[in-house]
Amino acid sequence: MRNEPVVQARNLVKRYGTTTALDGLGLSVAAGTVTAVLGPNGAGKTTAVEICEGYRRPDAGTVRVLGLDPVADAAALRPRIGVMLQSGGVYPTARAGEMLRHTARLHAHPLDTAMLTERLGLGGCGRTPYRRLSGGQQQRLALAMAVVGRPELVFLDEPTAGLDPQARHATWDLLRELRADGVTAVLTTHFMDEAEQLADEVVIVDGGRAVAQGSPEELCRGGAEDTLRFTGRPGLDLTTLLTALPDGSAAAETAPGSYRVAGQVDPQLLATVASWCAQHGVLPDRIAVERRTLEDVFLELTGKELRS
Amino acid sequence: MTSRTTTEGPAAGTFAPRPGAAPMARMIAAQTALETRLLLRNGEQLLLTMVIPALLLVLFATVDIVDLPATGGGRAVDFLAPGVLALAVLSTAFTGQAIATGFERRYGVLKRLGASPLPRRALMAAKTGAVLVTEILQIALLTAVALGLGWSPRGNPLTVLLLLALGTAAFSGLGLLMAGTLRAEATLAAANLVFLLLLVGGGVVVPLERFPEAAQPVLALLPITALSDGLRAVLAHGSAVPWGDVGLLAGWAVLGLGAAARFFRWE
Repeated sequence: MRNEPVVQARNLVKRYGTTTALDGLGLSVAAGTVTAVLGPNGAGKTTAVEICEGYRRPDAGTVRVLGLDPVADAAALRPRIGVMLQSGGVYPTARAGEMLRHTARLHAHPLDTAMLTERLGLGGCGRTPYRRLSGGQQQRLALAMAVVGRPELVFLDEPTAGLDPQARHATWDLLRELRADGVTAVLTTHFMDEAEQLADEVVIVDGGRAVAQGSPEELCRGGAEDTLRFTGRPGLDLTTLLTALPDGSAAAETAPGSYRVAGQVDPQLLATVASWCAQHGVLPDRIAVERRTLEDVFLELTGKELRS
Repeated sequence: MTSRTTTEGPAAGTFAPRPGAAPMARMIAAQTALETRLLLRNGEQLLLTMVIPALLLVLFATVDIVDLPATGGGRAVDFLAPGVLALAVLSTAFTGQAIATGFERRYGVLKRLGASPLPRRALMAAKTGAVLVTEILQIALLTAVALGLGWSPRGNPLTVLLLLALGTAAFSGLGLLMAGTLRAEATLAAANLVFLLLLVGGGVVVPLERFPEAAQPVLALLPITALSDGLRAVLAHGSAVPWGDVGLLAGWAVLGLGAAARFFRWE
């Protein structure tokens, strides 16, 4: 039961007129994990999430959320999920605290709203009407509304867009606690560091398809190789280093005194370079391992041109 | 599930899932209470639903602006009070509800509620509840003002309630149809315009006989005319159930609610 994916979407297709928002997207979310759906603007992130939430039907493909059909079984599904829309969703004249308490009242066993308000730094604006809240406060209220009903699964559409660093960290902490308590989370984001910090699983979406899926480490490991750079005196003879390094590695002096070693960078390789330096009386005043970041992977997969 | 260690503080287990919808009655009560509070907090809505009808009643009853028919020797207030009660229903069930719902749709409130445990029919029940609570407050206020002006209502209260209920259903349907199909700004403009036109042309404060004869049969088919005419027949003249007006309102209610159910778009 627990091993079944909480969200299972296969070959989702969604067209709006002549534009294809989703073009065969698949998504699988394991229970108790945080999955980040990462993609450029217009990649289909929101469409995918809104199909899972039951807001729209796919033109083709299947989707199961907690084993249910999001549209046909909406009445059974809705109490079990928490939803944070990308924006809006609150009466402009409703006060922040009032709206959160109201949302709590729609659920059977809600969280303590005062605790949640405090946790998300909304304690000072409980009586402020929604339309007078800052963008960040509106985001945090929407997050609180998504989790107040003690859902099994939350869908968060860009939960930290427009937040200052403190609020982002408060959101991340809350999400980590949700996961620790067994809540599954699916979030969309533009932020690589958010996905890297928070997600167990990252799905990179582009052009309506999932172009890569895996843990942040797996995604960074695959594909292009990592590099190690060190500095020493100029003109070192690298022949003996190359023989010491495993096959397929490369070493070059990229600028006088700056050396670059490319290959499978692991602790062994670092030790080999360090002992070679010791043998040749070189004290590298800088030695650095450069691994691919999620951003490198993302840009490799989705290209660097700007999206509308 | 793999075991996890929590290092994030003392509140481990706080967020452990325990999902479930509240009982239906509690959800509807909560939603009704929220929508009523928001409505009563809104200055423009209060102006529309309370201040304008009350002012019209006082103004037209005390200042001889429109030459009122002296049918049955009734005083101005006996003619005006039923019309103003009809106007109160129009202002809340149609104009106020259309504008509020139009902006709720625009701001994603309806969309977000669609993902909550509250079913859509429960939301509609709550909206109806908020309209009814507001109408009770309006009727209490306007009745008090009218009585202060010397109003002496007649007729069967149950017939009055029947007319008010049918009028509410008809105007709610039309208001929701507008809110669910037009942009919020267009709804705001159109709902106010319709309010003004029906106020003037629907026998509320200006008797239908004051309009050109050619226009009268058309005006007589309007839901506001049926409501004000029906209320006047009962309250001013003590008539039995005015079946013509009742039938007309029922027709508008079926038409309006049916069209709203068919064409309402939640996003």
